[in-house]
Amino acid sequence: MESVSPWDPAEAREIVDRLKHLPGATLPILHALQDHFGYVDREAGAILAKALNLSAAEIHGVISFYHDFRRLPPGRRVIKLCRAEACQAMGARALEAHVQRRLGVGFGETTADRRFTLEPVYCLGNCALSPAVMIDGDLHGRVDPARFDALVEAPP
Amino acid sequence: MTPKIYVPIDAAALSVGAGAVAAAIEAEALRRGSACTLVRNGSRGLFWLEPLVEIETPGGRVAYGPVAAADVPSLFEAGFLGGGGHRLRLGPTEEIPYLKAQQRLTFARCGITDPLSLEDYAASDGWRGLDRALALAPRRIVETIIESGLRGRGGAGFPTGIKWRTVLDAAAEQKYIVCNADEGDSGTFADRMLMEGDPFVLIEGMIIAGLAVGASRGFIYIRSEYPHAFRTFGRAIALAEAAGYLGASVAGSGRAFRLEARLGAGAYICGEETSLLESLEGRRGQIRPKPPLPAIAGLFGRPTVVNNVVSLASVPVILDQGAAFYRDFGLGRSRGTLPFQLAGNVKRGGLVETAFGLTLGQLIERFGGGTASGRPVRAVQVGGPLGAYFPPALLDTPLDYEAFAARRGMLGHGGVVVFDDTVDLARQARFAMEFCAIESCGKCTPCRIGSTRGVEVIDRIIAGTERGKNLGLLDDLCQLMLDGSLCALGGLTPFPVLSALEHFPEDFDQPAAPARAAE
Repeated sequence: MESVSPWDPAEAREIVDRLKHLPGATLPILHALQDHFGYVDREAGAILAKALNLSAAEIHGVISFYHDFRRLPPGRRVIKLCRAEACQAMGARALEAHVQRRLGVGFGETTADRRFTLEPVYCLGNCALSPAVMIDGDLHGRVDPARFDALVEAPP
Repeated sequence: MTPKIYVPIDAAALSVGAGAVAAAIEAEALRRGSACTLVRNGSRGLFWLEPLVEIETPGGRVAYGPVAAADVPSLFEAGFLGGGGHRLRLGPTEEIPYLKAQQRLTFARCGITDPLSLEDYAASDGWRGLDRALALAPRRIVETIIESGLRGRGGAGFPTGIKWRTVLDAAAEQKYIVCNADEGDSGTFADRMLMEGDPFVLIEGMIIAGLAVGASRGFIYIRSEYPHAFRTFGRAIALAEAAGYLGASVAGSGRAFRLEARLGAGAYICGEETSLLESLEGRRGQIRPKPPLPAIAGLFGRPTVVNNVVSLASVPVILDQGAAFYRDFGLGRSRGTLPFQLAGNVKRGGLVETAFGLTLGQLIERFGGGTASGRPVRAVQVGGPLGAYFPPALLDTPLDYEAFAARRGMLGHGGVVVFDDTVDLARQARFAMEFCAIESCGKCTPCRIGSTRGVEVIDRIIAGTERGKNLGLLDDLCQLMLDGSLCALGGLTPFPVLSALEHFPEDFDQPAAPARAAE
């Protein structure tokens, strides 16, 4: 992840206040919080609920509904591995097994040294150049195990 | 004239090194003191040739590809700035058979222009549809779209003009145009390519939709898996605002249209229009029962047009060239062109915009060139994760909405995923149920619970546990999901499952895996 800040409720309140005027502000705010802190802290729910005049349950429901929002800080780099059909047709299942073995983590987990978080994704829109992987927002195509190893060994 | 070099900035081209190629060209030109202008265009959609580098010559653009950064010095050495010979030279771009055989209407500009250049856009027939629309009464714009035969390109195929007419006829202070750019189907990338390669055509289509139905505000909901498209589209909106096409007075007409881009958050279900509206309003993306239709009570309860990216991006050419021009492409009730997307295990994957009517097999053989692995095609999934798996025997199906429906398949958003003979259809059927379980919004029981039970039943079939009984149960479960689900996710997940069972029964009758048999 490119320079994220440690959780700070005051900064979170500033972000919320800056965006709460938007119609349907919940998702834009949650994205802004995650961009800034790398995840959505437990305390953020209460801040959002107060600012948007919604119940804490409603906010919790939104955060937990969407696959994107993390409840814990991620590793330094976030790897999204496509598990969808076009990638399956080109060996994504074997790549998935390789990646999990190589990193020593399953989906939704972070390596012990906090270097990588591995997340599943269902289509990155790179289906003519599958298998596809996204690392810190950058898309990579035709990823086989050797290319994957080169990508994670390269400096970010 | 300084030579112009084109290196795509499309995310797929970047995914195989277009960024490094562009940097290498700049460095090499500097080292040699050669003057040249580097343009970052969209992709032509010939992805097996990416990074596809083009040079403008007096005789038209000449293509080289796939280019690696390491090839750049030898390209300069071969005189590629003048279109010189090199082992990667593909000849004039427009003469590449894959491209030449297409009918590009919606993607006419994609890959040719700098996506964020308003000059390029205006110089290549941009804003002409809008100019026509500004001179027409709203009802006449709607009639033009109805006459063109355009149907929703997101997958459902509902006539776009009819939807617009419903919103036009609905009386309300505020109406909305919502562009569904939550392109979640595996095997599809047309929306992404267009947002990155020709964003102004989509903006123009949305403005025309706004003028047609009387909506002064638009939202585009872009999936978060497309960060590159989101950034490009955001810049395009800012440029269109600064140039006066978006805002209080569209092109000086006195009519307002404001547009805002919103980011999804990784939920497949938000591609369903009512879930998308819930998400835009800031809630869980759970579907709403219909009626009321979004055209009557949509975003924030107001009349709303919800259209796919390709539908809206097809509007400018229809207004510019006329309804008859567009309608003359295609056949039966499928008029115009559809950008098909060839993906998965295919030699030449990419975007193929062509009139409806080619057969599935022709598309895969003529354009795709067979499988990437060189092995025989065994199954083809058309229409995303909710589309049926077709065996080679059904490759003669014409690519039109009705022909696919007649064979219990669907064309959907035009994604075609090819599998070779190593595919295991029992595993694919299991994945269809697993995907539905992961992505179900939870609103209705057949989808929420049915999908989880579906995975379990297929696991028992694969393990060889009471196969006959469990196959019967799976069929029963699929019927229930088909009949009882509230939306297409639960309602169509049975399609890949049942088609796998129907066309590939042998995959469900393999000897049980030893580990499972021993249990």
